[in-house]
Amino acid sequence: MEKTKKKSIFSNPMRKWGWFFLGPMAIAFFIGFVWPFIQGIFLSFCDFNTVSDFSIKFINDKGQFALFENYINSIQSPQIIYSLGFTALFAVVSVIVINVFAFAIAYALTQGIKGSNLFRTIFFMPNLIGGVILGYAWQMIFGGILSLLDLPDLRSDTGIGFWCLVILVAWQQIGYMMIIYIAGLQAVPEDMLEAAKIDGANKTQTLFRVIIPNVMPSITICMFLSLTNGFKLFDQNFALNSGLPTIIRPATETSPASFINSTQMLAMTIKATYDKGSAFHGQAQAQAVMFFILVAAIGLGQLAITRKREVQQ
Amino acid sequence: MRSSRMSDAFGQILIEKVINVKKETIKRAAAVALAAMMAGTALAGCGESSSNATSDSPSSKTDSSAADPLADVDGSKGKVYWLNFKPEIDETLQTLAKDYTAKTGVEVKVVTAASGSYFDTLTAEMTKPDAPTLFVIGNQQGVKDWKDYALDLKGTAIEAELNTDAYNLYDESGKLVSMGYCYECYGIIVNPDLIEQAGHKMDEIKNFEGLKAVAEDIHARAGELGFDAFSSSDMDDSSSWRFTGHMANLEYFYEEKEAGATWTECPASLTGNYMDNYKNLFDLCINNSLTDPKDLAAGGHNAENEFKEGKAAFFVNGSWEYAAVSETVPNATMIPYYCGVEGEEKAGLNCGTENCWAVNAKASAEDQKATIDFMVWLVSDPDANKAMVEQLGIMPYKNAVASTNGFLNDAAKYTADGCYVMDWATNYQPNVDEYRKVLVSALNAYCADQSDANWAAVKTAFVDGWAVQYAAING
Repeated sequence: MEKTKKKSIFSNPMRKWGWFFLGPMAIAFFIGFVWPFIQGIFLSFCDFNTVSDFSIKFINDKGQFALFENYINSIQSPQIIYSLGFTALFAVVSVIVINVFAFAIAYALTQGIKGSNLFRTIFFMPNLIGGVILGYAWQMIFGGILSLLDLPDLRSDTGIGFWCLVILVAWQQIGYMMIIYIAGLQAVPEDMLEAAKIDGANKTQTLFRVIIPNVMPSITICMFLSLTNGFKLFDQNFALNSGLPTIIRPATETSPASFINSTQMLAMTIKATYDKGSAFHGQAQAQAVMFFILVAAIGLGQLAITRKREVQQ
Repeated sequence: MRSSRMSDAFGQILIEKVINVKKETIKRAAAVALAAMMAGTALAGCGESSSNATSDSPSSKTDSSAADPLADVDGSKGKVYWLNFKPEIDETLQTLAKDYTAKTGVEVKVVTAASGSYFDTLTAEMTKPDAPTLFVIGNQQGVKDWKDYALDLKGTAIEAELNTDAYNLYDESGKLVSMGYCYECYGIIVNPDLIEQAGHKMDEIKNFEGLKAVAEDIHARAGELGFDAFSSSDMDDSSSWRFTGHMANLEYFYEEKEAGATWTECPASLTGNYMDNYKNLFDLCINNSLTDPKDLAAGGHNAENEFKEGKAAFFVNGSWEYAAVSETVPNATMIPYYCGVEGEEKAGLNCGTENCWAVNAKASAEDQKATIDFMVWLVSDPDANKAMVEQLGIMPYKNAVASTNGFLNDAAKYTADGCYVMDWATNYQPNVDEYRKVLVSALNAYCADQSDANWAAVKTAFVDGWAVQYAAING
C-alpha cells in the first residue's frame, strides 16, 4: 500500500509536474482571492476608511457587546430587503430564460444543420464583451426601440427595466451555456439513441426520456453558473438601469418620505452603502460577507438538488 | 489505493496513445500552451485588479517618476507625490513636475486618477507606504472622511499666498483642511450670434422674463431659423448632473440668501421655498429644446456638439467647457441661472470649486515641507503658474497670472459690476449619488408627463430627499 503510493508519486508525470502547472494559478488564487477574502471577513467587524486604517470595537459606548453591530445595522434599510426580493426574482427568471434558450439552440445546432460551427461562434461572441459596455450599448438600443414603440424608457418603468435587464443578460450568457450543452449533447451515447429509435420512441420521447437525463451534468453546471451570475450581477445593472426608477413615497404624518430604487440589485445596494461615506465601509463589508454566504448557500443547495437527478452512464 | 489504480489506468492509456505520437505531441504542446496562457491571464487579471482602481486605460494614469530616470534627485530634500483629481491637467502637471525636479532636485511624482474614481483611488493609495503627500479634499463629505489625513494648513507658506479664503474648507474644530487651487463657474452658456440672428439682443436677457421670451420665440421659429433654443437636457449619467447637481444649486443658494447666511455645513433639511424657480428654468430647458422631453431619460444626445455646431443657442454647463466651445463659438458667453427670483437682475454666476489641495498629515515632515514648497512654486513662479492657469482657468492666489477663460472672465465681470456670486451650496448635497439618483428618477417621470402629481414627486425627491439622505448618513 505505502509502496505503491510512493512509487506512483515518482513515476507518474501528472503527480510530478502537477504543481508546476497549478502553481501560478494557486498563487494568483491566493493573492487575488483567498487573502482579500480573509481580510474582508475581518474588516466586516471593523470601522475602516482605508484597508490599513481600521479599528475593531467589541464594546460600544453604551457598554453593550458590539462586535456584530455592522451586521445588525447593515440590514436595517428597506432598500436591502427590497433588493433581495428583486434579485431573487431576477435570478429565477434569468435562469429559466437562459437555460431554456441555451438548450434549445444547442439542440438545434447538434442536429447536423449546415453552418452550425459558424452559428456556435456567433452565439458565443456576446459573452466576450464586458458588462459595462454591454449595459451602455443596450441602453441606447432599448432607448431607441422603446421610443419608437411609444413606451416609457427603461429607466422610468420598473417592469420594462426588469425585462430589459433579463434580455441583456440572456443575450450575453446564452452562448456560453450553449457551448456547455453542446458538449453534453455530443456525449450522449449513440447506442442509447439507437436503442430508443428501435424501441419506437418518437423525437419528443427521446428528448425527454433519453437526452435530457443524459445531459443532467451539463444542466447542473449551467444552472449553477446562471443562478450565481444572476445573484452577483453588478456591471450590467449599474450601466443599464443604475437602479432607476425610484419608488417615491411622500412623507405622511407618521413616517418620513421613503425612496426605494426599484431595479437596484443586491451588489449595487452594497456599493451604495459603501458610497455613503467612510462611516459605512464596515457595514458595506458586512453586507458583502452576508451576500457571499447567501450566494454560496443557494449555489450549493442547487448543486445538491440537481446532482441527485444525474444518471450514471 | 483507488487513486493509484486510477493513475495506473491512466498510465496505460498514455502508453497506448504513444503509438499516435505525433498527434499526441501536438495535443500536449497545445495543452501546455493553454495552461500557460490561463495562468498568465489569471495573474494578469490579478495585477489588473490591484491597479485598476488607479486607471481605466494606460493613458489615464501616467507616472512621471517611472518614465524619467530623474538623474539629480536629492532624497534628503523630501519628495512630493500628488494624487491628481483632474485628468485634463495631467499632461501639464507631468511637465511641471519634471521642470521642478530639474530645478530643485526634489522628486515630484504625479499620478492622475481616472475620471470618476478619485476617492476609490485615494482609498487605495493611502494604504501604501509611499502615500500621496498632496491630494484633493473637495467638499464637506470629503472633509468628514479624510480630515484625519489632512495637515492643518493654517499659517503655512501656501496659505500666505492665497488672495481669498472663499474656497477654503475647514473641519468642525476649525482646522484648515484644504484650500482651493482653482475655481470654476457654471450657468447658461449662450451663443450671442444666434440670439442676434433670431432678431434679439443679449441686453434683453437680464432676468427670467427676458430669457423666457427669447427662448420661447426661438423655439417657436426653430424650423425657420435652423436652430433651437436649448441643447438637449439628457438625464442619463453623463449629463444629468447638470440639472441635479448644478441647476439645483439655484434653489439651495436662494434658500441661503433668504436665511441670510451661507452654509458652513450640510443643513438637516430644506425649506423648498424656491422649488418654483427651479421648475421655471427646468421647464424652459426641456420644453424649448431640440429633443422631445420624453426622450431625455434615455439620453444619447450630445448637448455640447449641438451647441458647438450652432444647432442651439443655449447650453447649460460650466467654465470647463470654454476651451471646447470657443473653438467654434468664439463669442460664447455665460449668463446666470435666471429663474424668476426678485432682484435677479443682480445675479452673477455660480462660482466655487471642488479642487482643493490637502497635504497628508501622515507624511514625514520633510515630505510635507517639500510639498508645500512645490505648491508655492506652482502659484508664484511666472512660467509654472502660466501653464497652470492656462489649464485651470483661474487661481485664487496673489501672484497668479490673469485668466484666459472667457466664462471665468464673465464671472469676474459680473462681480465687478456689483452682482452677487452664487456659491456652490450644491457641494453640501448629502449622500450625493443616492440623492441625485432619486432626483433623476423623479425628473424622468416629470419629463415623460408634466403633471402636477409628477412635479410633487420631484419636490419630494428634492426637499424630503435631502432630509432623508441627511438622516441616512448622520444616523
